[in-house]
Amino acid sequence: MNTFLFPLRQTLRRDLLLAIRHKTEVITALFFFVIVVNLLPLGIGPDPDLLRKIAPGALWIGALLATLLGLQRLFSPDHADGTLEQMALSPQSFTLLIAGKIWAHWVVSGLPVVLVAPVLGVQFDLPAHSLLILMVSLLLGTPVLSFIGAVGAALTLGLRGSGVLLSLLILPLYIPTLIFGAGAVEADLAGTGVQGHLSLLGALAVLSVFFAPWATTLALRIALE
Amino acid sequence: MSVSLINWFKFSSPASFYPLAGRLVPWFATIFFLLLCVGLWIALMMAPTDAQQGEGYRIIFVHVPASWMSMFIYCVMAFWSAIGLAFNTRLSGMMTSALAPTGALFAFLSLWTGSLWGKPMWGAWWVWDARLTSQLILFFLYLGFIALQAAIDDPRRADKAGAILALVGVINVPIIYFSVQWWNTLHQGASVSMTKAPSMAHIMLAGMLIMALAFWAYAITMALMRVRCIILERELASEWVKRNAME
Amino acid sequence: MQWNSLNDFLHMGGYALYVWGSFGACALAMAVEPWLLGRRKQAVKERLSDKETD
Repeated sequence: MNTFLFPLRQTLRRDLLLAIRHKTEVITALFFFVIVVNLLPLGIGPDPDLLRKIAPGALWIGALLATLLGLQRLFSPDHADGTLEQMALSPQSFTLLIAGKIWAHWVVSGLPVVLVAPVLGVQFDLPAHSLLILMVSLLLGTPVLSFIGAVGAALTLGLRGSGVLLSLLILPLYIPTLIFGAGAVEADLAGTGVQGHLSLLGALAVLSVFFAPWATTLALRIALE
Repeated sequence: MSVSLINWFKFSSPASFYPLAGRLVPWFATIFFLLLCVGLWIALMMAPTDAQQGEGYRIIFVHVPASWMSMFIYCVMAFWSAIGLAFNTRLSGMMTSALAPTGALFAFLSLWTGSLWGKPMWGAWWVWDARLTSQLILFFLYLGFIALQAAIDDPRRADKAGAILALVGVINVPIIYFSVQWWNTLHQGASVSMTKAPSMAHIMLAGMLIMALAFWAYAITMALMRVRCIILERELASEWVKRNAME
Repeated sequence: MQWNSLNDFLHMGGYALYVWGSFGACALAMAVEPWLLGRRKQAVKERLSDKETD
């Protein structure tokens, strides 16, 4: 098992090391999330009832956009300096190497969002239990965003205007995650059960974690041809 | 000649498919035209007035076929994409890109007619009904596909990237549809449904099916015409184009 | 036949805007698309004949 996942751990560690050296990327995604979510009360008004109502959607859309920000740079630096080509040619499983990179993207752009979300939730006057559900839903949902996003990043690798194109391709595919994720928090606020939402979110996570790396490597091989 | 004797793979090369498509176009155009005349006659002349929705329900004779076709075309695109990735045939990629604009057009028409139906029935041009919302997302998927192919200069890469996107999309479409349905039932239930007319008379159903078949023939005609353009554009330099395409 | 007069038919029981708006949009789309494709084909053929004269 350990040797099987070795390539995954390799790229995961490498990308995390790179992220620690260039701290700006982590900070940019997080700061973007905080700012976008904070703009909403300024645009809508400070009414606590209204804010509590829009909080799940606002926080989730913020998370969605923050993930999107880092996706453009998921493969492009490695593509530019030829590392990606080396990975594709290496005897190790390309899919696992790529899966490691995607997990690294999640640690850099998804995990901070999960950790900061409760603070923003407090700003939106969410009760403590809903904050917990918010964190759980983001914890299950942000990997889905990274993994589906990776397919889009691979498809648009090296194209002109790839950033905008990436959002156009990926955002429609994010809709189920958004619905189940924000829905879980809403259901908790409304006092109805959250299990349904969370288990569907979990199912999406499992599906995307297993199948997206495969589609991503296929797309990367095409881009590298 | 029995079907199995025809060498189907012969037609998987663009050079031999080009004239075949050219011969098929007038046939499908004729089928389209005939079915359209019958369908419109039923839809506008024969079908009785609906008890609840008055004459406004006649919109479903174009709305439902357009919606069906937009979904069907996406599935056909995914089918060609799978063939293209599995057998590495050039023609399947061309077919996929030939179908996309027509599919997008049907998705748009479905939204447009849905909105025109919604205004008198729901009192609003847009309602966040599960069907309409899913249709909107399908429209976005089409636009994404077209934009991706437009951004890639190398046609072979465009075909393959488009194929992956179409397959990822087709896996997601049911999930999206289910999630939107789920979201919709949690927030509000739509009172009037477009296709669940309480007493769908046989003549109405027949009209809808014939219109759907007419739209299907239209889609095939357009796809064949477009695939001919694509073949010519891509093979401009090759000998057979110079010899044959000038007729 | 559901209609007594042409006016009746055009009026569509008060739903004229919606019904004709829908059917009209479809008719327009199905006229414009073949026309655009015809122009696209023409453009390719012109490029082809340009090449031959080169």
